Amino acid sequence: MSSPTTTAEAPTAPTARRGRRAGGGLGRYILVRFALIIPTVWILMTVVFFLMRITGDPITAALGGRLTPDQLAERRAAAGYDRPLLVQYLDYLGSVLRGDFGTTYTDNTPVATVLATYGAATAELVVYSVIVALVVGVPLGMVAARFRDRWPDAVLRVGAILGYATPVFFVGLLLKLVFSVQLGWLPVAGRISSRGELTMGRITNPSPSYLLDAIRLGDGGLIVDVLTHAVLPAVALGLLTGGIFLRLVRTNLIGTLEMPYVDSARSRGVSEVRLATRHALRPALIPIVTVMGMQIAMMLGGAVLTETTFEWKGLGYMLAQYMQARDYVAVQGIVMMLAVIVAVSNFIVDVIAALIDPRVRY
Amino acid sequence: MTVSNPLPPGEESLAQDMELEAEGALVAQDAQAPWFARLPLVSHLRRSVGLQRAMLVVGLALTAALLLTALLAPIIAPYSFSATSADGQDFGTQLPLGSPGHLLGTTVSGFDVLSRVIWGTRTAVAVMACAVVASLFIGVLLGLVSGYVGGWLDRILVMLADAVYAFPSLLLAIVMSIVISGGQSSAWGGILAAAISITVVFVPQYFRVIRAEVVRLKAEPFVEAAKVVGTGHGRIMGTHLLRNATRTLPLIFTLNSSEAILTLAALGFLGFGIEPTSAAEWGYDLNRAMSDATSGIWWTGLFPGLAIVLSVLGVTLVGESINDLNDPRLRTRRPARRRSGSVTAATAATSATAAASSPAAKEARA
Repeated sequence: MSSPTTTAEAPTAPTARRGRRAGGGLGRYILVRFALIIPTVWILMTVVFFLMRITGDPITAALGGRLTPDQLAERRAAAGYDRPLLVQYLDYLGSVLRGDFGTTYTDNTPVATVLATYGAATAELVVYSVIVALVVGVPLGMVAARFRDRWPDAVLRVGAILGYATPVFFVGLLLKLVFSVQLGWLPVAGRISSRGELTMGRITNPSPSYLLDAIRLGDGGLIVDVLTHAVLPAVALGLLTGGIFLRLVRTNLIGTLEMPYVDSARSRGVSEVRLATRHALRPALIPIVTVMGMQIAMMLGGAVLTETTFEWKGLGYMLAQYMQARDYVAVQGIVMMLAVIVAVSNFIVDVIAALIDPRVRY
Repeated sequence: MTVSNPLPPGEESLAQDMELEAEGALVAQDAQAPWFARLPLVSHLRRSVGLQRAMLVVGLALTAALLLTALLAPIIAPYSFSATSADGQDFGTQLPLGSPGHLLGTTVSGFDVLSRVIWGTRTAVAVMACAVVASLFIGVLLGLVSGYVGGWLDRILVMLADAVYAFPSLLLAIVMSIVISGGQSSAWGGILAAAISITVVFVPQYFRVIRAEVVRLKAEPFVEAAKVVGTGHGRIMGTHLLRNATRTLPLIFTLNSSEAILTLAALGFLGFGIEPTSAAEWGYDLNRAMSDATSGIWWTGLFPGLAIVLSVLGVTLVGESINDLNDPRLRTRRPARRRSGSVTAATAATSATAAASSPAAKEARA
């Protein structure tokens, strides 16, 4: 069976082995692992660039029916889309290296600005969701492992599978129906109420996070406003990952609970709760760290859906908007940004895994 | 077949030996059974107990229901998926639940909800079948060649597969659907576009599993022996390697099937699926239902959503049970008197790597 660490480690395996021959330590491992981000991102950038260009140039896609063929040709020539594809590709690589991702067609904003503005919202959502996932997944996984093959385990496992089988946007719809429409406890959509947005406008140097800004303003009502808007999206996205954490904790904890050292601790009179929460849990958490890396990729995919469901104006929401408008320069920029985030988070997770468990390095 | 296992080599092979031993015992036990009882799913069913059996049975029932509904959609569904009127009379929009002739009401565009839910099974099954078969074929072929030939070809393919694997699969599917259909298209065009988008995401999974297994098998004496007697490369790959490398495929197969339904629905939800007039698709229906929700109209979204959940649940439960039953460490232990010796031995081999075989690892990319 493939191990949960597979994604993260597979590309490093040959290099890591070379490192051992050279007697390399942690520093060398980190360097080599870091260097491997570059080809990953480069391959993705190339693949996305050529795939998007097979369909045609961005100008025809965005403005197709609206301009005459002459006008289109003029605009294309001005933007350099009539040059050979390879020249365009090299040009694109060059500008990306300079940090220039191009300008969107629909609202004429630099893609870099779009990324900075909306990236923060997505990051905020992902952080909330990870918290929800950990709070839900880890304790429930411990319960399931403790009561293995008895009814709490059965209920939780079926729940986890249900969590996986339910698309985020359906969870979102159900949550909205119950908590916003029926009970009226929480707002239906958005990151902040329109009144809150006005208050927020007072701040002179806004930080990326609405919550931080609200705390800085010291406005209790505003903090509540921002938090209540975040609850449903965070729960929808967090439950998805929480189910996976639950299963991971369960399987690993079942493994470690049967270890001889746990038995010996039990014979010394350590309580069952302490056994599960301290002795057996720690080694069982290592695989979770590595799986977190993969979760980031999955969460970003889920964020596109969650943000669209709740009109949470982050990268995913904008991605869907730009795609509908066929603004492929913006789409390409956002997709690249997400690829970089995934590659970097996989790197960080690999380093953490190597710090925790020296065997990962070989 | 593990690409990189944190366990030292010795320990790993020990665990593997024990697992194989247990597997052997089960095969032997199954060998005495009549032929039908040795079929994959039937033998799994025979082996299962308690909750695991319940999960497998529910999964099989749901999957069978999905397939049957898809097959019989024209007979069961009261109307066509794109009908907004019958006998020259418009259905009316957003009719409530239990309206005459519309058991589950109608949508904002005047479609019959029940009919669209039923016809949606066809789209889901078609996409699932196309995507899984295509990725199985391409992935296995690439993995086999890459693992067997090795060298620079192998290195490039592995790097490509890793890059694609690390990428959020939904984004990749979105990019592919733009490439293939420019967003929207006809029934079969849309189904194929969705299927190909999903295929691109799945190919690396099959590729990795098969390649890793082939690399391991290539060093086995029986492959070397085949080479010595002058067996051709094609035959070695087809007979000696492929037959031995496909043990884990059923699991990936079921997991991918459920993922295919979810990806199709996600594409539809984002507006990159199939036109509502060319085929019924649950994701699209849910998208349209989002605005209904705020005005308290819940039935237009609930039923397509439930259809997705039940379909995915059925296929996942089957895959999940097969995985647990194939893995002695996860198999629910029978009561002591019925437990065979080798299973106990295998259970003793439990280690932290039990997680390694958890389907969550594969699922993690959903």
